[in-house]
Amino acid sequence: MNLQTTVSGRVLTAHLTGEIDHASAPRIREKIDDAVTEYAPTVLRLDFRGVSFMDSSGVGLVMGRYRHAKTLGCETQVANASRRYETILKMAGLTKIVRFVRDGNEVKKA
Amino acid sequence: MKKINEFRMTVEAKAVNESFCRAVCAAFAAQADPGVEEIGDIKTAVSEAVTNCIVHAYAEKGGKIYISAALLENGVLRVKVRDRGCGIADVKQAMQPLYTTKGDDRSGLGFSVMETFSDKLTVRSKVGKGTTVVIEKRLGSDGNA
Repeated sequence: MNLQTTVSGRVLTAHLTGEIDHASAPRIREKIDDAVTEYAPTVLRLDFRGVSFMDSSGVGLVMGRYRHAKTLGCETQVANASRRYETILKMAGLTKIVRFVRDGNEVKKA
Repeated sequence: MKKINEFRMTVEAKAVNESFCRAVCAAFAAQADPGVEEIGDIKTAVSEAVTNCIVHAYAEKGGKIYISAALLENGVLRVKVRDRGCGIADVKQAMQPLYTTKGDDRSGLGFSVMETFSDKLTVRSKVGKGTTVVIEKRLGSDGNA
């Protein structure tokens, strides 16, 4: 997992790539939290476009980042998650706390 | 149901082996000409089962994970993931969505995800003896094959 972050205004985008599982999640978590602390964005966008695999470890990753960002007054978004990843993320009721977006637009509510 | 083919392997309960285990199961399943979605389903379910062994059964202290898979005559892939770890006192409770004994970043969705992405899930466990998870998935039926 190689994580790149880009900043546009007050939006920090974390470009997730490769596999997200229990083995890789801790390093990703640390990198994102460091970037959020450093840039103090108002929106943290977790971009799943480059993710080749994700299991339920991704749920903990998003929930934890939401909690960390919230303490700094920052909103969390999940961007470009495949249908499979969305299915897993939504099992935890993440839609209540995180906005799901695609290419910058909000996903239509079902 | 008769087995067409099978494999067995033993791996150390290390997080680094999670991707290896799901890749092996996906590679074994490939002979049944599964669709892309089915391969994804298998990898996801196996990943959850293996992670449970590492995180819960052996509490990150290590041990052995016994994985076997069989391809049955009716096109079903049956994967068994077994450990000799702590076992689960109340399997029904453990399988409840969002139930977790670990805090941090564990979501408590492992079994829910396994159920969602398999056709049949069986969990047998004995405290102090270990847990066996059996994941069954019919292959070649998602239209991509």
